[in-house]
Amino acid sequence: MSEVQTRPRVEIAALLKESVVAALVALGLTVVMVGMKTVDQPGGLGLEYRWNWVAAAVASVFIGRFLFALWRETRPRHAAERGPSRQQRMLTSGGDFIRKFGLWFSLFALGFAIAMPFLGGPFSTRYFIDVATYVTIYIMLGWGLNIVVGLAGLLDLGYVAFYAVGAYAYALLSTHFGLSFWVVLPLAGMMAASFGMMLGFPVLRLRGDYLAIVTLGFGEIIRIILLNWYELTGGPDGISGIPRPSFFGLDFSRRVPENGDTFHTFFGLDYSSMHRIIFLYYLILALALITNWFTLRVRKLPIGRAWEALREDEIACRSLGINPTNTKLTAFSIGAMFGGFAGSFFATRQGFISPESFTFIESAVILAIVVLGGLGSQIGVVVASVVLIGGTELFRGLEEYRMLTFGALMVAIMVWKPRGLFSFRRPTVILEGKKIVGSQAGEGSG
Amino acid sequence: MNATGKHALLTVEHLTMRFGGLLAINDVSFTAWQKEITAIIGPNGAGKTTVFNCLTGFYQPTVGRLALTPPDSGRLFLLERMEGFRIAQQAHVARTFQNIRLFPAMSVLENLVVAQHNELMRASAWTLAGLFGLKRYRTAEKKAVERASYWLEQTGLIELANTSAGSLPYGDQRRLEIARAMCTQPVLLCLDEPAAGLNPKESAELNELLLRIRDDHGIGILLIEHDMSVVMEISDHIIVLDYGCKISDGDPEFIRNDPRVIRAYLGEDEDAETAAATAGDND
Amino acid sequence: MEYFIQQLINGVTLGSIYGLIAIGYTMVYGIIGMINFAHGDIFMVGAFVSLIIFVALGLAGVTFVPLAFAIVLIVAIVITSVYGWTVERLAYRPLRGSFRLAPLISAIGMSIFLQNFVQLAQGARVKPMPPMITGGFTFLEGSDFSITLSWMQIIIVSLTVVLMAGFALLIARTPLGRAQRACEQDRTMAALLGVNVDRTISLTFVMGAALAAVAGMMFLLYYGVIDFYIGFLAGIKAFTAAVLGGIGSLPGAMLGGLLIGLIETFWSAYFTIEYKDVAAFSILVLALIFRPYGLLGKPEIEKV
Repeated sequence: MSEVQTRPRVEIAALLKESVVAALVALGLTVVMVGMKTVDQPGGLGLEYRWNWVAAAVASVFIGRFLFALWRETRPRHAAERGPSRQQRMLTSGGDFIRKFGLWFSLFALGFAIAMPFLGGPFSTRYFIDVATYVTIYIMLGWGLNIVVGLAGLLDLGYVAFYAVGAYAYALLSTHFGLSFWVVLPLAGMMAASFGMMLGFPVLRLRGDYLAIVTLGFGEIIRIILLNWYELTGGPDGISGIPRPSFFGLDFSRRVPENGDTFHTFFGLDYSSMHRIIFLYYLILALALITNWFTLRVRKLPIGRAWEALREDEIACRSLGINPTNTKLTAFSIGAMFGGFAGSFFATRQGFISPESFTFIESAVILAIVVLGGLGSQIGVVVASVVLIGGTELFRGLEEYRMLTFGALMVAIMVWKPRGLFSFRRPTVILEGKKIVGSQAGEGSG
Repeated sequence: MNATGKHALLTVEHLTMRFGGLLAINDVSFTAWQKEITAIIGPNGAGKTTVFNCLTGFYQPTVGRLALTPPDSGRLFLLERMEGFRIAQQAHVARTFQNIRLFPAMSVLENLVVAQHNELMRASAWTLAGLFGLKRYRTAEKKAVERASYWLEQTGLIELANTSAGSLPYGDQRRLEIARAMCTQPVLLCLDEPAAGLNPKESAELNELLLRIRDDHGIGILLIEHDMSVVMEISDHIIVLDYGCKISDGDPEFIRNDPRVIRAYLGEDEDAETAAATAGDND
Repeated sequence: MEYFIQQLINGVTLGSIYGLIAIGYTMVYGIIGMINFAHGDIFMVGAFVSLIIFVALGLAGVTFVPLAFAIVLIVAIVITSVYGWTVERLAYRPLRGSFRLAPLISAIGMSIFLQNFVQLAQGARVKPMPPMITGGFTFLEGSDFSITLSWMQIIIVSLTVVLMAGFALLIARTPLGRAQRACEQDRTMAALLGVNVDRTISLTFVMGAALAAVAGMMFLLYYGVIDFYIGFLAGIKAFTAAVLGGIGSLPGAMLGGLLIGLIETFWSAYFTIEYKDVAAFSILVLALIFRPYGLLGKPEIEKV
């Protein structure tokens, strides 16, 4: 960066040349892939030409690049003139917001989440509570994965496998052995955790990117097994008729059994199908809050600090006598356990599961929630889930653009704000009376 | 040099490290004593950091016996047989790195608390006691913070306790790394170029700190350093490596006048040799 | 026996395709030390571009097969290379020196983006393609089984051999190859000595993409159907091949590709076809546990 005081003359010709190059690249990218669409025709494939789309793409890239270059050339050259540096910027905006209002925001969100079914109006409709339940599943999954990716810095691309293990564990144990949800829930968590351990033990010694691809493969293996082990899992047909959970033994059915109560007779209420919907909502909310409580708590314990330390520098950890494999393994299997819990809930809520629900796309969505929210940020996960999952529920028509946008956002966030939109890290132990100075300076470090 | 009454903390015998065809360390033996500062010096590429990496379990030496006998314990640790993290955990050998390795996103205090991981893990009953906030864990954490504060006082970083480690200036980061290593309560502290990049004032402070660590805490220090003012001033004992071989071993006065050392540093030419010879004669 | 030889031929053909993709992984890994997760999708883009051009040529009345073949090859290589270049420029270059997970996540994002982009642009349905090059040799005609070696298989294997040889020469003899090897060793030093590091890395991505484009075209011609999802599995398998052979080593990538192709084919032939992908993943895990530096790779010395 030059330290010239006066702004240099903007060389329009150079900018134009740069924009032309960008436009040519855009032409190369789109001319075949967008310009010619293969369509099914009698007697083979035909083509549908969309040159106007190509022209639009090229023109917008040209103009966009030109404006960007113009902005880049005319903005103040001096660091002081330009305002906060990249690192300072990382501390402000989202992070600053969380620091100032994080507590209030959390309390408000929590209060709203608890009171929601009784607020009346649109909030108490079945549709809204269903969407809220759906969003909360993702919040829980996001919080679970956050332990693995955000705290321990292990990139797990097969998180959905543990979700699937939990779901199938409940579905199979309840349909075959008649075990109740409350009995299976801890079992499902333990099963998912032991799967995590089995997978993690051999690969956690390896470099981070190997772990990523092995978990990716593991997620696929689980799905392929679910798809092909027809006798056990029903293959692509899945498992249906999964029992619904009871309220401490009280069912939510309309029909009252001979010698017993249901939820509505016990509490002297009129039967309403909403009872179960609301109950399921509170159930997942409670599970999610337990996940959150656990994470917040464990961050302040030696194991949680060791996770973060491993994320920051594994070699330094070894020199301090921290066992890297065991420490990673706990993070990995605890994350898996929460995935298993969420899976059991998913199975009991849907009443039907099939391998369709556990594709790589699911893992990618959960990862996107964690990444966009800010690695390690609990509030970020909530915001990202509400926006990404709730948002796509609201705009159903744009469903097919959902993953496209997620992918693009993941790249953009990593380029622009690698530690996420809402990243602010509060130290887990504080020496009284000394100033707290924020902590995103580690951005540039390996 | 080898006066009686001193405790030989670390005995390295026939240490050899080969990377493929490259012989990085060739049959090096030396002893580091308790309550002494032992410096390892030598030109670039002499294999100094490799010695450290063998000692702290990052490399598995090709040949050699690295015996550590902590004082008053009567135990013997053969470091070449131990997995990396166990050397720090059980044998209590701590180290710093040539290119500083802190936990940049974590605060200064957290860096020091992480260093007391194993002790705190036990106190938290492997997380269970900690999860439910039992008193036993809270007491242990308080103690850990106290120890951390002590080392922050010693290194002059106490005011920065809640600052993120990554945002500290270079010199502070170097001292923080030493404080962090000391929080593991080592019997042997290995410092890889602690004075690199420090200004003269910081360098002098570092000397004081290291002497204090040696005298007040009674541990052995192993030091790799290029800055001769540091080495000559504070070392009790110097080992000189060149091309992976030990070429000299003795107290600073002896090393200063050893012709082999002068030749290694100044090159092979005649003048240097004569200069060395004259220097030796003058003694 | 005939059945075995037939599977051997099929396995070598499949292995050639995996090997070509694996080179892309291995080269990028060699030069910037990270896995290019989007590489499988680059391969998929190559297959799609080939398909579109084949259809376009068919509609334009180009029926002379060698000509069509050549045109498709060139266009696919050029367009896919543009994709490779753009991916590097947008998703990796800005992240050099960023924190450890950033380039990985950005690569995953890029992979998701490319898959969905192609799905939106070309539709989610499976695209069929009539066989272009048919026929071949049939020998050892037995009563119950005969071995066939199709022209397509001959073309795939010989094209792979030619490309591999050309590549080996390129890396060993040209200034570009020298620059690449220099960047692999020490990027900072290479830059100080006047190597344009950014350009060298870009070219590495372009070269990987070009080979992936050839692999994509061959995959299309060999199997006759593609969809936007093929890059995912092929990518993981090719990566497995790169790891198995020793990541960073070009001959290793080819060897690994052949092994994975053979294992997959024999597994399908003698065990169950449903679990053939499981076999590939299991090999990846086993390779990583027992020989993380692969068959032809060198153990990595950890820099402390």
